[in-house]
Amino acid sequence: MLLNQFLLLSAVLFCIGVYGVLARKNGVLVLMSIELILNAVNINLVAFGALTADVGGEVFALFTIAVAAAEVGIGLAIVLLIYRNRRSIDLSEADLLKG
Amino acid sequence: MPTVFATLAPSSVPTSSTVTQSANWFLENAWLVPLLPALSFVCILFFGKRLRYKGAELGIAAVALSLILAACAGVAWLDHRDNFVLHNTTDAGVEAVAGESYVAVQNSTQWLQSGGIEFSAGILVDGLSVMMLVMVSLVSLLVHVYSTDYVSDDKRYTHFFAFLSLFTAAMLFFVLSDNILQMIVGWELVGVCSFVLIGHWWEQKPNSDAALKAFLTNRVGDVGLLIGVITLFFAAGGGKTFDTIKINEAIVQGGVSHSALVVASLCLMAAVMSKSGQFILHTWLPDAMAGPTPVSALIHAATMVVAGVFMIARLYPVFFEGMQIGGSSINVMATIGAVTLVFGGLLAFVQNDIKKVLAYSTVSQLGYMVMALGVGAWTAAVFHLFTHAFFKANLFLGSGSVAHAVHSFDMKKDMGGLRKFMPKTYVTFIIGSLALAGLFPLAGFWSKDEILAGTGGWGLFGGTGGNGTYTFHLLMGMFGAALTAAYMTRCVYLTFHGTYRGGHGQHHEPHESGPRILVPLYILSGLAIVAGLANLPPGFQLVNNSWTERFGHFIEPVGSSYFPKIAHATPSWSLAVVASVVALFGAVAAFYYYFVKVDRLAKTTQQSLTELPEGLTESNALAGAGHKTLVNKYYLDHIYERGIVAATKGPLARAAYWVNQHMIDNAVNTTGETAVKMGRSMYDLVDQGVIDAFVDGSGRVSDATGEELRQINSGKVQNYAAILFAMAAVLAGAFIIIFAF
Repeated sequence: MLLNQFLLLSAVLFCIGVYGVLARKNGVLVLMSIELILNAVNINLVAFGALTADVGGEVFALFTIAVAAAEVGIGLAIVLLIYRNRRSIDLSEADLLKG
Repeated sequence: MPTVFATLAPSSVPTSSTVTQSANWFLENAWLVPLLPALSFVCILFFGKRLRYKGAELGIAAVALSLILAACAGVAWLDHRDNFVLHNTTDAGVEAVAGESYVAVQNSTQWLQSGGIEFSAGILVDGLSVMMLVMVSLVSLLVHVYSTDYVSDDKRYTHFFAFLSLFTAAMLFFVLSDNILQMIVGWELVGVCSFVLIGHWWEQKPNSDAALKAFLTNRVGDVGLLIGVITLFFAAGGGKTFDTIKINEAIVQGGVSHSALVVASLCLMAAVMSKSGQFILHTWLPDAMAGPTPVSALIHAATMVVAGVFMIARLYPVFFEGMQIGGSSINVMATIGAVTLVFGGLLAFVQNDIKKVLAYSTVSQLGYMVMALGVGAWTAAVFHLFTHAFFKANLFLGSGSVAHAVHSFDMKKDMGGLRKFMPKTYVTFIIGSLALAGLFPLAGFWSKDEILAGTGGWGLFGGTGGNGTYTFHLLMGMFGAALTAAYMTRCVYLTFHGTYRGGHGQHHEPHESGPRILVPLYILSGLAIVAGLANLPPGFQLVNNSWTERFGHFIEPVGSSYFPKIAHATPSWSLAVVASVVALFGAVAAFYYYFVKVDRLAKTTQQSLTELPEGLTESNALAGAGHKTLVNKYYLDHIYERGIVAATKGPLARAAYWVNQHMIDNAVNTTGETAVKMGRSMYDLVDQGVIDAFVDGSGRVSDATGEELRQINSGKVQNYAAILFAMAAVLAGAFIIIFAF
C-alpha cells in the first residue's frame, strides 16, 4: 500500500481547509473549512490504522466524525445568533472583543 | 427509611450497658412520630392552599396520628420498663443480665462517615423521651385545633399551620435524638420555627424585631452549645463519639476528666440559659409574646423553652459531675435557676399585658426546673416540666380566648369584669392559675413540692436525703411560690373581676369563644387538675403504695448505666404544709389587696380602678409598703439611677475627668506627637522613597507591556486562527528538527 498518496491527499485537504479558515469572510464557509481540516486528519488516521493493521485508527476517525457533528451544531448555532444580531455573517465585522 | 440496627463493637460497649435494640414495635419505630408532622409540613406548603380547610386538616391529622403513635409508645414503655430483661450474648450462650430493669431502646442508622468517624442518626427511647413525645404531641394537637379558630381570618393561615407542623416535627425529633449532633439539629430547627412564628405578623415592626431578638439571643447561647458539644465529643470515653448513651456511660464510669466536664457543663449551661429563658438571657422570652397566642402557648410555654431543661436531663451526668451537684450546698446551675425564678416572678407583677405576665411566669417556672436539676432533683424537674406544660398552655390559651373577645392584651385598659361575659374561659383560667400557684391538690402543688423537698434544705424538720443541703435554694423556691400565687391573683383580678374597662369604639360586648377554643381549654384544665397524681410522693398514706411515684418509676433511668447515682429526697409533710401556707399567704395578700380594697374603693368612687390611688393605703402599713414597691418597680430603677448613675455623675465623674485631663491625656499626647514625628520621617523615607517607587514602577511596566500586547488582541477570530496555525507550524518545524537530527 502506498501511504504517501493518502498523506499527500490529506495534506492538500488540510491546506485548503486552513486557507478557508483564515481567508474566507463567510462564517458558514469557515465552518466548512474546519470540516475539511478534520477530514484531513481522519484520512491520516484511517491510513495509518490500515498500515499498522490496528483498528484503533478507524475507531478514532469515527470519534472525530461524531465530535465534528456536535461541533458543527454549536458552530451553526453561533453563526445563526451572529446573523440575528448583526444581519450579516461576515466574521471580519465581529470584533467586539478587540482589546 | 431503611433501619439498620446500630452495630456496637463489643469493645466499645461497657459490659453494664443498659441499651437494647429490639423491643416493642412502637418503641423501635418511634421515629414515625416526628416523621408524620414533617411530611405534613411539606404537604401543607405544596398543596395546603388548594385544600378545603387550607391545610389545617393535614396538620391536625398528622399531629393526631403522632399523638396516637406516641401514646402507644407510652403504653409499650410502661410494659417494657417493668418486664423487659436485657440478655447478653456470650460465648456460653444467651443469659439475662441480672439486676437491670431500666433498659433504653436505641435504634440508629449510619448517616455519613468521614475521617474514620461515624455520624449516626437514630432514636433513643426511654421514659424521658416517651413522656416528651406524648406531652408535645398532645399540646401541639390542642394548639392546632385552637388555632383553626384563633387565626381563622389570617392571610397567612396555611403558612401558619405549615410552620406549626414543622415546629412539632422538630421538637419531637429533638427529644428522640440519640446523639448530641442530632440534638443540635433539632435545637436549631425549633429555633428557626420560633423565629418564623414570632414574626408571623411581620408587617408590624415590633413583631419582626421580637423575632430577631429571640433568634439572636439564642445564637449567643448556641455558641456555648457548640463548644460544649465539641468538648464532649473529644472528652468522653476515649473520645470521638456523639452518642448520648456512650458519653453518659463514660462519665458515670468516671472515665472523663473533671476539667473537661466543667467546661462542657458551663458551655451547655449558656445554651440552656438562652433557650430556656434563664436570667440575663431571658429577655427574648417576654418579647416573643409578639407572636400569635397559640404559638406562645405551644412554643414559648409548653415545649420549645423546655428544650434546655430537657437537654440537661438527657445529659445529666455531664452536669451532675461537672457542677459537682452531689454533697454540695451551692452550684452554678441551681443558683441561676433560683435567681431566675425569683426575678421572673417579681417582673410578672409590673406587667399590664396579660401575656407578658404569663411570659415572666414561664421564665420563673423554668427557673424552678433548672434549680431542681441543679440540686439533683431530676425527677422533680422533669415532673414539673410535665405538669407545667399543661397548666401553662391552659393559661396561655385562656389569655388568647380573652384577647380574642376584647381584641387586646392590655389588662388595665381593655379588660376587667370578663367573668360575666366569658364564664367558661374564667373557670379554666382559675384552674390553671391555682395549678400554677401550687395549691393542693392541683398539678403544680405536687411538682413544686417535690422540687422544694429535693433541695434537701429542710433538714431541721425531717425529710432530707437530697443530694446536698441547698437551703438558700429552698428559701428562694418558697419565696417564688408566694410570688407566683400573688401575681396570678393580680392577673385574675385585673382580667376577670372589677368592671369592664374595654369596649372603646366597639359596638358589641365581649362574648364567649367558640368550641374549638373552649374544648382545648377544658382538656388542658382537666390535665392541670389530675396531672399531679402521676407522681404522688412515697409515704402518701391516702392511697395504696403502688400508686405513688409512678412518674418517677417509669421516667427516671435509675440503675441504668447512663444515669448518675443521685440520691432521692424523702418528702416531708411539714415542708408541704409550710410551702402551701407560704403560697396561700401570697395569694391571700394579693386577694386582700385587689379583691377587697381596690374593689371597694372602685365601688365608692364609681371609677374602674386597677390599683389603689396613692395615699389611700397609708392606713395599712403592709399594703402601703407593698403598693409603693409595686409602683416603684421594686426600686430597681431607683437603685440604678440614684446609686449607680448619680455616683457616676458626681464625684466619680469629676475625679475621672481630672485623671483623664492630666494623666491620661498627657500620656496620650506625648505618644501621639512621637508617633506623628516618626510617621512623618517614615513617610518621606520609606513610603515615598522605596515603596511608592516600587509600586509606581511595577504599574508602569505592566502598562507598557499591556499596550504592546493589545495589538494582538484584535477581536477578529481569523487573526487568532492565523496565529494558532502559525504557532502550530513552528512547533511542527521544531519537532521535525528535533527528531530529524
